[in-house]
Amino acid sequence: MKDLSMHILDIAQNSIRAMANLIRIDVTERTSNDQLIITITDDGTGMSPEQLKQAIDPFYTSRTTRKVGLGLSLLKQNTEMTGGFFKLESTPGKGTRVTATFGQSHIDRPIMGDLVGTLLILFCTPDNPDYLFSCQTPSGTYSLDTREAKKMLGNIPLSHPDVRTFLKEMIEENLKQIQISE
Amino acid sequence: MNKIKSLADLKKLQSEVQSKIKLRENGNNSEQLVQIKVSMSTCGIASGAKETLNYFIEELERQGINAIVTQTGCMGYCYAEPTIELTIPGKPPIVYGYVTKTKAKEIIEKHIKLNEMLDGIIPIAYSSIDN
Repeated sequence: MKDLSMHILDIAQNSIRAMANLIRIDVTERTSNDQLIITITDDGTGMSPEQLKQAIDPFYTSRTTRKVGLGLSLLKQNTEMTGGFFKLESTPGKGTRVTATFGQSHIDRPIMGDLVGTLLILFCTPDNPDYLFSCQTPSGTYSLDTREAKKMLGNIPLSHPDVRTFLKEMIEENLKQIQISE
Repeated sequence: MNKIKSLADLKKLQSEVQSKIKLRENGNNSEQLVQIKVSMSTCGIASGAKETLNYFIEELERQGINAIVTQTGCMGYCYAEPTIELTIPGKPPIVYGYVTKTKAKEIIEKHIKLNEMLDGIIPIAYSSIDN
């Protein structure tokens, strides 16, 4: 993975496959202890303790189309390369939480990349679950709940091109306002 | 300084879009629309499927081509990512491999508009998967 936004997209796809209704994405920059924390929490099917143990094994996957499952292991590797850590918690029937902590200023930390692009893909695909996105930096916090957006829009889907353009501009402006780092 | 957009501004947009959407809805039978599924799992994302997907959405919208662009899971052609599955109404789905932006442009110009097949089709008896 070239950047962190791709990791977020990748892990969120796991949640979608786990039939989640609501996915929380939190990005937190903590300058006090030089950490960048990404948390993805879903209310999907969850994993059994056995599956949980195997999940970070690159040669384990629940898919049948291929024999490897690299998403979580790549993320784990990237966090550990920057002096951070990786945590995976799951309860069957309740959901799963992935916590990836990076050393914010570590030279090996991948850049954030196109976070807005990731969010648009997640938010604007028809039949996708709802999202609660939150980004916290030392300059402030920005949160976006797609359930609220859907309420505002009534019968117009989030995938409508005009809505997509609006969301793009809105998220870009707000993230710039709280000075999200690269 | 311009005011930063917020969700409250969506309300305004809603009424504007409402009038336009009526026109679209008439033809909005998904069976009759071109469908593009971009494979979006670890292998696809790492190879740039995100740019491919966003390019398809933006370019088709820019050219006013009414199509459905969605995501799908890994089809098992990890070596050829980014892959897409293209369905022209009334025809069996076709899988293209190595779909970068340049290839995506070619697919729109030749396959979607003129119905000419291009190089890069993954020529395996293929059945569509659900996720």
